[in-house]
Amino acid sequence: MAKYDFVVAVGGAPGQGIETLGKSLGQFCARYGLHVFTYSAYQSLIRGGHTFLTIRISSEPVANHGDEIDLIIALDRNSLEKHIPHVRPGGALIYNSDDVKKQAPERDDIQLCPVPYKEFSSGIEERKLQKACLNTCLLGTALNLVGADLKVLEEMIISAFLKRKGQETVDANITVATAGYEHAAENFTPFDTQFVKQEPALAFGEGNGMMAMGGAAAGVKFYCAYPMSPSTGVLHWMAANARNLNIMVRQCEDEISVVNMVIGAAHAGCRAMCATSGGGFALMSEAIGSAAMMEIPIVVINVQRGGPSTGLPTKTEQGDLWQLLGASQGDFPKIIVAPISIMDGFDTIPELFNLTDKFQCPGMVLSDLTLSMGFTTFEPDSINWQPEIDRGELITELGQTEGEYLRYQITDSGISPRAIPGTPGHVHVVATDDHDEDGGLISDEFTNPHKRRDIMEKRQRKMDGIVELLPPPTLEGPEDAEVTLIGWGSTHGVISEAAQALTEDGITTNHIQFKWLYPMDEDAINEVLAKSAHAIIVECNYTGQFARFLRGETGFKADGHIRKYDGEPFMPHHIVDGARELLIGKTDLYVPYQEIVV
Amino acid sequence: MAKKERPIQGAPTARDFKGDVNPDWCPGCGDFGVLSALQNAYAKCGRGNHDHLTVSGIGCSSNLPGFINTYGMHTLHGRSLAVATGAKLANHEMNVVVTGGDGDGYGIGGNHFIHTMRKNVDLLYIVMNNETYGLTIGQASPTTVVGESTKSTPFGNIETPLNPVAMAIVSGATYVARAFSSERAQLIDLMYDGMQHKGFAFIDVISPCVTWKDDEIFDFWKERVNFLQNHDTSDKALALEQAVKDGHDTQIGLFYHDTSRPSLDQMEPVLEDGPMAHQSLGVTPEQGAAIIQRMM
Repeated sequence: MAKYDFVVAVGGAPGQGIETLGKSLGQFCARYGLHVFTYSAYQSLIRGGHTFLTIRISSEPVANHGDEIDLIIALDRNSLEKHIPHVRPGGALIYNSDDVKKQAPERDDIQLCPVPYKEFSSGIEERKLQKACLNTCLLGTALNLVGADLKVLEEMIISAFLKRKGQETVDANITVATAGYEHAAENFTPFDTQFVKQEPALAFGEGNGMMAMGGAAAGVKFYCAYPMSPSTGVLHWMAANARNLNIMVRQCEDEISVVNMVIGAAHAGCRAMCATSGGGFALMSEAIGSAAMMEIPIVVINVQRGGPSTGLPTKTEQGDLWQLLGASQGDFPKIIVAPISIMDGFDTIPELFNLTDKFQCPGMVLSDLTLSMGFTTFEPDSINWQPEIDRGELITELGQTEGEYLRYQITDSGISPRAIPGTPGHVHVVATDDHDEDGGLISDEFTNPHKRRDIMEKRQRKMDGIVELLPPPTLEGPEDAEVTLIGWGSTHGVISEAAQALTEDGITTNHIQFKWLYPMDEDAINEVLAKSAHAIIVECNYTGQFARFLRGETGFKADGHIRKYDGEPFMPHHIVDGARELLIGKTDLYVPYQEIVV
Repeated sequence: MAKKERPIQGAPTARDFKGDVNPDWCPGCGDFGVLSALQNAYAKCGRGNHDHLTVSGIGCSSNLPGFINTYGMHTLHGRSLAVATGAKLANHEMNVVVTGGDGDGYGIGGNHFIHTMRKNVDLLYIVMNNETYGLTIGQASPTTVVGESTKSTPFGNIETPLNPVAMAIVSGATYVARAFSSERAQLIDLMYDGMQHKGFAFIDVISPCVTWKDDEIFDFWKERVNFLQNHDTSDKALALEQAVKDGHDTQIGLFYHDTSRPSLDQMEPVLEDGPMAHQSLGVTPEQGAAIIQRMM
């Protein structure tokens, strides 16, 4: 069977239920066993403004929002006017015909699908409800065009609204959905490629939720946050599930409080985590170093958005790598990881907790808006709810150590067994001042240079142990390719598709994606990089943060760079076009042009 | 130096809570009185050394956890309350006491001060208020009086000092007191009662600095402090009225005590199964299946 690959986009004003519609459609596809990836282009407004949600649906797993839009659903006049040009030739545009006052939209290479919503919804008496059902009606039309079963939508309406809103809402939604569906059957031509049900049915979830779930599975017992886009989804998931799963979830007065509370909870024995975005992370910086100094394991997620400063609250970027590398004063052991897909966000959290617990240091996760606010489908059985939980060398009972307990005992590995407060026989002080083996300050009076050297080397020795456990990236695709695309974190899906497209087009391309960013094993990584051909580093920032970091750590210099810093994520063709341009050799930097402007 | 937990036979004494490190404070510092009172108050609780956690920030007075024989955290400047909140919520069976100075608590940590009181976290917070930044060698602090010359205000301070006791009452602290480091018996009682109080207990302790203030600083305070008498500690408006009273005299004692409001940990159903730090980790297959079901 040919691969099914279809992109639907929904435009409208915030408050028109676009997220609900997107979620309904995504869930609908998931029930059909189809794979979905979504990207929402939105504004920092609650009412007014404009939102444009792209939903890519495929018979195979999909990890980016694609290149072209087959079908657009316009929920308001603004979207109708704005997005007519964005439908691919041969595609279709569904809109509410009540929005057309004088001139109907014109484009002769697409199918225009007006739906007389007022007429279809005249039976709904309550005005608010009538307004709210528009999206369901147009979804009905869309489902007919792609050959989906209306029954599944009805089931979803019932499960979404019956308990929460009641029978009246269910009836209203089903009435207009059916009207929209039948209207399409009578008046419009369906798409050639149609929805085909696959097995198994899939589940559907958001990136931030995946990282939160990963945290729960890892044994997070303490989570706190200050709301900040695009990281807030982690807080919402944790807050919603706190009571079911017995997790302490708190909202704090600022991010300084957040990270310090996490440090306190971690020291007292919990696995503790928090998430923020770049600005909030900046406030956390000092405390990240203090966790390293006191040797308390914590996990901090930074969901990147466009910077600098308040920047682009609702847009994506990979612009915080150097902020994480440089966060807090002085040298200290730390781990930085960038999940390479939404589902990898789940697995990364337990992996990172095992490392931070073992090495008693801060672990930082670099996600971004694309990954964290994107939705994806997944096989329900693919989630590993029982990942290994390794808490490292932890002392929780009297008699676990012999003789005098030294919290910062100098060891070959640099790891000193950690006693949890409340444990008898191990009373000690942890300090942000530098200290001796036993925790006594070496900074306040005359600082002993030998003690300082010993404790500094002890802490830093942990880095040798960490680097051994971090797997280097692998080379995906043919070894003898002409081009090697190198990326890090969230861009795995889109680069992978671009590499495939280039190869199909005659330019054999392979791909290296970095997940574990710091510390870097120079030799192991150089071994992988040595296999690269014409190397192009693809990243979402202006200065090539990763390219500079990689060069600093390994001496590796890429042949070309593709960088995007306009706030919108890469589409596969941006990378394909960039690779072609760079191969000509006139430039070593390609900055793609963003065609769809919302 | 390492702390050796002494096997306590019978009731613990203040000696059991003495650390092995001698305080590095200037001779005559008010903080000595606070340290000694705290050791007595801990002893009075009757629990083992390991059942207490003493958390501080940065500054002269924040060196205190090093001089006391309990679990200790010497955190960042101004962040002690946030760290202590996390520790308390992770293990609410521990007695968590926070110590620090006026710069640490009312200056750089001001935001946490207000919000930790609002949340009524079950902590005892002792501020050694000396109206100066001692460790940075004598600048004006948030409690330095108008007109005082310091290294950062050589022509006299022109900013109005804040009133920590009034601030605590209006911010939601449920046990609010002022004390004087030389009034030892009262200080021990207030500390002990503050530890027993379920909720946020706050004691602003006048703890004079003998280095950056006048030589007669102790005499100055001894002459001014008066015990708060015939006062109804359950009356919030009255407490506030007492706290904002201007004049020559400074009242010490318990201003406000609210026993009706539950503390943050008491409001948290997730603690019903015991301290977070002792609960089993992870997600059961049944819980996992229910989560996935909601995603389908």
